[in-house]
Amino acid sequence: MSDHQTELLKTALHDLHLELGAKMVPFAGYDMPVQYPLGVKGEHLHTRAKAGLFDVSHMGQVRLTGENRVAELEKLVPGDIAILKAGRTRYSTFTNDDGTILDDLMITNAGDSLFLVINAACKDDDIVHMRANLGDGVALEEIDDRALMALQGPEAANVLARFAPDVADLKFMSFAELDIAGIPCFVTRSGYTGEDGYEISVPNSGAEELARKLLGEDEVEAIGLGARDSLRLEAGLCLYGNDIDTTTTPVEGDLNWIINKRRRAEGGFKGADVILDQLENGADRKRVGIKPEGKAPAREHTSILNSDGEEIGEITSGGFGPTVDGPIAMGYVAIEFSEPGTKVDLMVRGKARPAEIVELPFAQHRYFRG
Amino acid sequence: MTKKFSQEHEWIELEDGIATVGITDYAQQSLGDIVYVELPEVGKKLTKDGDAAVVESVKAASDVYAPLDGEIVEINEELDANPALVNEAPETDGWFFKMSLTDESQLDELMDEAAYKDFVEGL
Repeated sequence: MSDHQTELLKTALHDLHLELGAKMVPFAGYDMPVQYPLGVKGEHLHTRAKAGLFDVSHMGQVRLTGENRVAELEKLVPGDIAILKAGRTRYSTFTNDDGTILDDLMITNAGDSLFLVINAACKDDDIVHMRANLGDGVALEEIDDRALMALQGPEAANVLARFAPDVADLKFMSFAELDIAGIPCFVTRSGYTGEDGYEISVPNSGAEELARKLLGEDEVEAIGLGARDSLRLEAGLCLYGNDIDTTTTPVEGDLNWIINKRRRAEGGFKGADVILDQLENGADRKRVGIKPEGKAPAREHTSILNSDGEEIGEITSGGFGPTVDGPIAMGYVAIEFSEPGTKVDLMVRGKARPAEIVELPFAQHRYFRG
Repeated sequence: MTKKFSQEHEWIELEDGIATVGITDYAQQSLGDIVYVELPEVGKKLTKDGDAAVVESVKAASDVYAPLDGEIVEINEELDANPALVNEAPETDGWFFKMSLTDESQLDELMDEAAYKDFVEGL
């Protein structure tokens, strides 16, 4: 590790991570747990079997208030925010004038405000972008006095309901402000694993107490960033910076579903001309799932070849899926090779290895839709 | 039987002129759960510090370098079906390959068990 790196930031749970024996790594300027003694594979499988607690406090939390907040935010994202009822959450992206993606984010209508969760590595740029582009009648507040944790897995609801019975009825992509073990929290039923679960915004002062209470339950283990990545890859969810970035549009990223009929008809968001044209006429390439046939994982930046040995794309996330019990990947291919069932080759260490384009996700989503 | 260690966290055991090579317990612990091992083909000539094998954990791929000059005479076929053997028994059943040596005196440049222990403690 470099001696002259700048001082890493610490989350409110930093001491707890060290106490739990986490291996810490620098991530987006924070000193974060990549794994605990259970190990990446064990943590991954535990989350799918029971429940895992993740510290995601490095992510940015932002509140928008003011009467024009919905209309102004809609200029920066292609999603329909006006239709979002109080207590509902939606996934969207910030787009550029050229139609590519600046970040992906969760947007919640919290009633009197919009509550946004943005990526750690992008949060400073996102805030500059919003301050520069949100017009009059919107106030932006960066929430830096709250931690964010995720409780994910089939037992997450049972566990959390012991401390806050009302969370049991909350549906996927819904939001509530409620006390958990007496601590005032913002809770959304959402996550980044494909499992049922919650993301919990909690005041820094109560974060460690709440984390200890949740970890005190038999079903719950602490889960690091390593398993967070393998879980989201199995769930077919994009990692910003790998699978989507300022070189990819939402259409190329197979995120057409985030743009509804009204926004397609009206446009009025950054890059709408490019994105609406791609929706109408198709894009040249697309994000797809890729299943290597052998056992060798194919990592990001691996070239994807057609049967003639010509390069047709690149892997953007690849590794081993503990639940799938084999290598999995996603990446971009030229549109004519994007159909599930298409045979391709992956160039791993100079050897072409067979793989197939497959439907995402690799592990079925198990969200609670009520 | 001589057991030696490299700074790249390989162990090398010499018996009857053939060196068995694997990765150390320290290496498997820092790599975490091993999900795939790519071994060289029998007959491949290795150059000291050149690429010899690749070991993949859930998180990442790591190169294993040849600790000595020589030629592969046998590989551990078990690792294909059960790569976790490297985690379970890194310095016994989880061996990677056996090689004939071009120059046995290269072994003298490697660490003995006590020196490797000190080396790891200093990391």
